[in-house]
Amino acid sequence: MLTMTGVCAFVAVAVLFFILGYLVYHGSTSISWNFFTKLPAPLGETGGGMANAIIGSGKLLLLAALIGVPFGFLGAIYLAEFSGTTVAFIVRYAADLLNGVPSIVIGIFAYILAVLPFKHFSTTAGGIALGLMMIPITLRSTEEFLRAVPRNLREGAMALGASKAKTIATVIVPAAYRGILTAVLLAFARVAGETAPLLFTALGNRYWSPGWSQPTSALPVMIYNYALSPYEDWHRQAWAGGLVLLGLILVINILARAILSRGVAVPRS
Amino acid sequence: MPGAGPFVGSRSFISRLREGDEIVRLITFLFAASVVLVTLLLVFELWIGSTLPRHKFGFHFFVTSVWDPIADQFGALPFIYGTLVTAGVSLALAVPLGIGAAIFLAELAPARVSDTLQFFIDLLAAVPSVIYGLLGVFIVIPLMREYIQPGLKHSLGFLPLFQGPAYGVGFLTAGIVLAIMVIPYIISVSREVLLSVPRDQREAALALGSTRWESTWKVVVPFARGGIMGSIFLALARALGETVAVAMVIGNTPIISASLFSPGYSIAAVIANEFTEASGDMHLQSLIELGLVLFLLTFILNGLARLLIVATSQRGGGMGQA
Repeated sequence: MLTMTGVCAFVAVAVLFFILGYLVYHGSTSISWNFFTKLPAPLGETGGGMANAIIGSGKLLLLAALIGVPFGFLGAIYLAEFSGTTVAFIVRYAADLLNGVPSIVIGIFAYILAVLPFKHFSTTAGGIALGLMMIPITLRSTEEFLRAVPRNLREGAMALGASKAKTIATVIVPAAYRGILTAVLLAFARVAGETAPLLFTALGNRYWSPGWSQPTSALPVMIYNYALSPYEDWHRQAWAGGLVLLGLILVINILARAILSRGVAVPRS
Repeated sequence: MPGAGPFVGSRSFISRLREGDEIVRLITFLFAASVVLVTLLLVFELWIGSTLPRHKFGFHFFVTSVWDPIADQFGALPFIYGTLVTAGVSLALAVPLGIGAAIFLAELAPARVSDTLQFFIDLLAAVPSVIYGLLGVFIVIPLMREYIQPGLKHSLGFLPLFQGPAYGVGFLTAGIVLAIMVIPYIISVSREVLLSVPRDQREAALALGSTRWESTWKVVVPFARGGIMGSIFLALARALGETVAVAMVIGNTPIISASLFSPGYSIAAVIANEFTEASGDMHLQSLIELGLVLFLLTFILNGLARLLIVATSQRGGGMGQA
C-alpha cells in the first residue's frame, strides 16, 4: 500500500512533464517568427500569426494589473495594519468569496458592468474582468506576507517616533517586498491564462485593436477558438500559442517562487 | 485634527503626523471596503439580471429540460445534470489518486523529495484550463474513441454507464480532463492538513506496535479527515465552475443520459457558448440565472471547505501544543 501512494504521487507529477513535453514537441514545430509578428491569415490561407493576440493579452493584463494590484495591495495594508477583527473578517470573507467565484461568472459580472452600458465589447471590459479576479488573490497573499513581518521591526520604528504611515512605507512594506512581489506575480500568472472571463468581454478580434474600446483578441481565447476550428493550420497555431502561453506562465511562476528566499512557504492563492 | 494650523508648535507636528496616519488609514480602508462592495454588487447584479426567468419559470427552471430560445422556453436540467455528472466522475478518479499522492508526500517521502514534488504540483496547478482543453481535444478525445471507450464497453458494457456509441467526446472525457485539473488542489491541501497532524499521534500508534501503514491509515488519515474532506470540496467547487476545458470536450449537446459515453453539456459551457449570441432578454437572463446557480453552488462548497480545513488544522495545532 505504501508503494501505491508513491505511484500516485509519481503519476501526478508525470502529468506535468507529459503536458510540457507534448506542448514542446507539437508547439516547437509550429512556432516561427511569423507567429509573433503577423496577423492571423484570412480564412483559407495558411500562415499568419497571433501578433494581435499577444499584444491584446499584454494590454488586458496591463489593465488587470492596474486594477488588481492597487486594490489588493492597499486593501491588504488596511487588513494587516489598521483594521479591527470584525472588519478584517468581513473583508477576508468577501475576498475569499470573490476568489472562489467561477471565472465564467466573473465574465458575466464584467459584461453587466462594462459591456451592457456601452453596448459593445471592449479591451477595457476584458481588463476589468481579469482585474476583478486579481484583486482577491493579491489581497489575501499580500496580507499574509505583511503579517509575517516581525513585530519588533514595527515596534522599533514606532519607538524611534515614526508615524504609522511612515512605519508602513519605510519599514513594513520594504521588509515584505519579496513576498508582495511574489503574490503579485502569482496573481498575474493566474489571470494570464484565463479564457472564460474574456469570451464575452474582450470577445476576440482577427485584426489589430487600437485603443481600449474595441474588442480585442487574447492568446487564451485565440487558442480556444483555433483548437475547435476544423482547419489543420489553425490547430498548428493553437499548439504554438499553447506553448507560448504555458511557457510564459511557468516562467512567471518559477520566477515568483525564486524571488522568495529558500524555505519560505508561499501561501496558496 | 483638520483645524490645527501649521505653526502651533509640537502639538501641530504630532497632529499632522496623526493626520498622515488617518489619511493612509482612510485610503486603504476605501480600497478594502471596495472589495466587499464589489462582491455584494456581483451577487446583486446576478440576482437582478435574472429577474425575468426567475419570475416566469420559478422552480421549473431547474427541473425541466426544454432549452428553446425561439419559443422562449428555458429549463436547465440537462446542464445541471451534465455539470454534476462530470464533476462526480472527476472526483471518483481524482480523490483516490490525490489522497494517495498526498499521503506519500506528507508521510513517506523525505522532506526534500516532498518539497520538490510539491513544487511541480504547484506548477501543474498553474497550467491554464485552455491548455488542458487543447490536450483534451487532441489527445484524450482520440484515445477515448479508439481505445478506452471500446475497451470499457468490452469489459464493463453490461453496466448502463458504459453503453452506446464511442464518440470520444462526452461526460466521461470531460470527467477525466477535470480530474487531471483538480488533482493538484487535492494534493496540496491534503498534504498540508496531513502535515499538521501532531507528531505524537504517529509516535503513539507506532509505539503500540502498528506498522507504518497502519499508523498512517488508521491514525493520521482519520485525524486529518475533516481537512481532506475540505480539499475534496474545494476540488468539487473548481470542477463545477470549470468552463473552457469542459466546453472543449463534453460535446455541447443538451442530453440527459445514463451512459457516460454520451455527449452532454454543462452550466459553464452553455454560458460560454450562448452568451454572446443570446437571442433575447429571456435567453440572456436565463444564462445569467445559470451563472447565479453556479455562484451559489461554489459559494456553499467553498464555505464548507474552508470551515473543515480551518477546524482540522486548529485541532492539529491545539493538540500538538498540549
